[in-house]
Amino acid sequence: MTTTLETPIDMQTTNEPTWLGERRAAGLKQFNDLPMPTARDEAWRFASVGRLSIDNYDPIADASTDVLEQLTKRSDLVSTRAGQTIFVDDTQAQFEPVSEALAAQGVIYLPILEAIEKHPELMEQYFLKESTELGSKKFFGLHASAVRAGNVLYVPKGVEVKDPFVNYYWTSGARAAVFPHTLIIAEDNSKASVVDIFFSENDSNEALNIAVANVHAGPGAKVFRKVVQDWNEKTVSFQLDTIIADRNTDVKNVAVNIGAARARYENQVRIEGPGAHVKSYSLTVAEESQEFDQRTFQIHNAPNAVSDLLYKNALLDNSRSIFSGLIKVAPNAQQTDAYQTNRNLLLDPTAEANALPGLEILANDVKCSHGATTGNVDEDELFYMMSRGIPKRTAMQLMVFGFFEEIIEKIESDELAENLRELIRNKFATKLIK
Amino acid sequence: MSDTTIQEEAIRVDTEKGNFKYPENYKYDAGVGLTEDTVKYISDVKNDAEWVREFRLKALEIFKNKPMPTKWADEDLNNIDFDKIRYYLSKGQMPARSWDDVPDDVKETFERLGIPEQERKFLAGVEAQFDSEASYSRMKEDLEKEGVIFCGSTEGLNKYPEIFRKYFGKVIPTSDNKFSALNSAVFSGGSFIYVPKGVKLKQPLQAYFRINAENFGQFERTLIIADEDSEITYMEGCTAPKFETATLHSAVVELVALKNAKIQYITVQNWSSNVFNLVTKRGMADEGAEVKWIDCNIGSRLTMKYPGVVLKGKGARGEVLSIALANDGQHQDTGAKMMHLADNTTSNIISKSISIGKGRSTYRGQVHMPKHLKNCKNNTECDALLINTNSRTDTYPAITTRGENNTVQHEASVSKVSAEQIFYMMQRGLSEAEAMSLAVNGFVNELMKAFPMEYSVELKRLIDMEMEGSVG
Repeated sequence: MTTTLETPIDMQTTNEPTWLGERRAAGLKQFNDLPMPTARDEAWRFASVGRLSIDNYDPIADASTDVLEQLTKRSDLVSTRAGQTIFVDDTQAQFEPVSEALAAQGVIYLPILEAIEKHPELMEQYFLKESTELGSKKFFGLHASAVRAGNVLYVPKGVEVKDPFVNYYWTSGARAAVFPHTLIIAEDNSKASVVDIFFSENDSNEALNIAVANVHAGPGAKVFRKVVQDWNEKTVSFQLDTIIADRNTDVKNVAVNIGAARARYENQVRIEGPGAHVKSYSLTVAEESQEFDQRTFQIHNAPNAVSDLLYKNALLDNSRSIFSGLIKVAPNAQQTDAYQTNRNLLLDPTAEANALPGLEILANDVKCSHGATTGNVDEDELFYMMSRGIPKRTAMQLMVFGFFEEIIEKIESDELAENLRELIRNKFATKLIK
Repeated sequence: MSDTTIQEEAIRVDTEKGNFKYPENYKYDAGVGLTEDTVKYISDVKNDAEWVREFRLKALEIFKNKPMPTKWADEDLNNIDFDKIRYYLSKGQMPARSWDDVPDDVKETFERLGIPEQERKFLAGVEAQFDSEASYSRMKEDLEKEGVIFCGSTEGLNKYPEIFRKYFGKVIPTSDNKFSALNSAVFSGGSFIYVPKGVKLKQPLQAYFRINAENFGQFERTLIIADEDSEITYMEGCTAPKFETATLHSAVVELVALKNAKIQYITVQNWSSNVFNLVTKRGMADEGAEVKWIDCNIGSRLTMKYPGVVLKGKGARGEVLSIALANDGQHQDTGAKMMHLADNTTSNIISKSISIGKGRSTYRGQVHMPKHLKNCKNNTECDALLINTNSRTDTYPAITTRGENNTVQHEASVSKVSAEQIFYMMQRGLSEAEAMSLAVNGFVNELMKAFPMEYSVELKRLIDMEMEGSVG
């Protein structure tokens, strides 16, 4: 990112409130002060940090109108929605605001720069306030200093929004650096869902993505976030997500990861109120020399809460995955139920899966478990299907898609689920049956 | 009285138990602190061959250059003051050959440990280590006839270099970690065993270790070589008296199982709660060979021990079964390592830990299938039991898998003794403490069966001692 630092981006420095300027400066300092991760850092264990470079990417000032129009047309994964925003290289290509009815109820859905102008107190309270503790503070700092694209969703007390808000983040330009930001604030007993979609214009544009998503779920709130990551395989991607769950919340996060040359996905759940129920699910399909580096942290600071996590990875060719998960139960968080499961399916002998499922339990009246399995397609199941007349290739494919389906069905939207199946099929179907 | 108060009340340990020691009267003493001179002194006393002398000095260099592994390990390690430790002392006695030659005070110590004199009748040979040197060493004549070598490290390296030099420091290189380097520099005592081709030892070989000098680190070195088609079971047990200042125990144990050989290494330890117990244990299993570690850790201030097996030959098997019990002020940081380097290799890890009071138990494991291997399997299970509200447990496994038709499964669970269980037993007339004891015994029972009978009795006794007060 050397180039960026030499020429500071001026588009957000104008007319910004002082607090934001301070947060950006602090972020930049954090980015400059912290060293690049090394193989010796526990938080980066097994990741091929030697090949990690974020040099020579730059924010792109303007995408051409043609590209904006064309990509807007291609943004068609979710047709029923409460609002939608499309960014291309962090430039806003389209914005569909909330309905007047929802706006009247106090729902705010705005691009962040606009939200900073119109709702400064709200933004000061929540924007860039929460970063993960999983090893990417340096990159969070860079995000904070450079972010200009992204959306904030604010749902006031008791308001329920049925349809999802959809955010598309595209990359298009050569060696573009993008910093998408999703901020969700759900107040007491409200309900909302958001879909974040990360796409590349084509197979060849190289890009750097450092995305941050912060979910704040107030007492009794129900929040459902879905993430679709299908960058091209020239993209270096970081997604640094946090969820803060207050009492009796019901928060669900489902991520489907298909793209990027290397993707670091950090997902931190902090439970701060009793009775919270947080679920994190992820499906990753990796091919060629892709590397998926997943770090999760389930922090239980309050009693009587439940967290559940299931990460499934299917690996082809020379791809690698790292799943490193930690459940931490604080001394006062009695009656915690926390679960963590990682399933890796190795479809080629050269693929590699690493699992680091961890627990740190400081309370005694808890139910905690983690499981990690890695293996190939089950021979017995294969034999069973073949003995019933299903050809081997078909049986294999059925089993692999069966493996995916456990996560896909959690999307709870037929249209999006079918679109995701299509994305996976397009990319991998031929390989899966070789 | 609330549930927890009763439990906490009940789980006070009788710290006086096993708390005995005898006057120190050591002929050789390398003094306090670690310098090149200390190492040279040890070499002189032990009459080391030139290559052993060089090996020690090189190890000292590595030890000094390696940082403490505190980026992942317990910060308590920083409290070890290497300058205040005695690295060698010895009675200056030759390993004794008959029980009558053993000094009376040593005999008395063994009696307190509950090792009956008659036990030697059942044992193939007893290598009882009193501080640095083997104070007692005896092998049954028929074993000697079969060509089994069972001696101390000094004798092994001096008398049988052609057998032991080849594997000495090869399974665990000096630079493996800071403490293996330390041991390589100042090792003394321990057992060197060679079992020739085809010899299957029906009875286990035993060694009892004790520490009995304040500020004295014990750095025993054990190397067991089981030649093709041979079988051996080795047992070690420890109990240490209580000291005023911290004591360091840092052993290195290397096992070599050649083609189709079987080695079983059993440890039951009960260090006093000021001992740093930092041990490196690793076995190498050739084609069709089997290495099995059975490990029970009780006591100590901090134990760091991760027995490992390098599965080097096709069809090799590795196993680690471990029980850890952490009481107030103790941290049991234990685990296992399985390195799969050949096809059709299998490994199994079962770990159970119990945390009492403010005790902390940690499982740290590594399963590695890095190459393009076929048909390898690993199964890992770790279960933790938390007795009190402020007990703590952690699990940090690391698993790498590649290759064809390999399966790895890891499962861990954390639980407490359920209120229903206790209630049920109390309904039937047991006191709460008895019920608690029964539940804890039930938790480890399955694994206890893996231990040889004599040891499972001793182990139950150790766990009962540790739970004392709660278990009536």
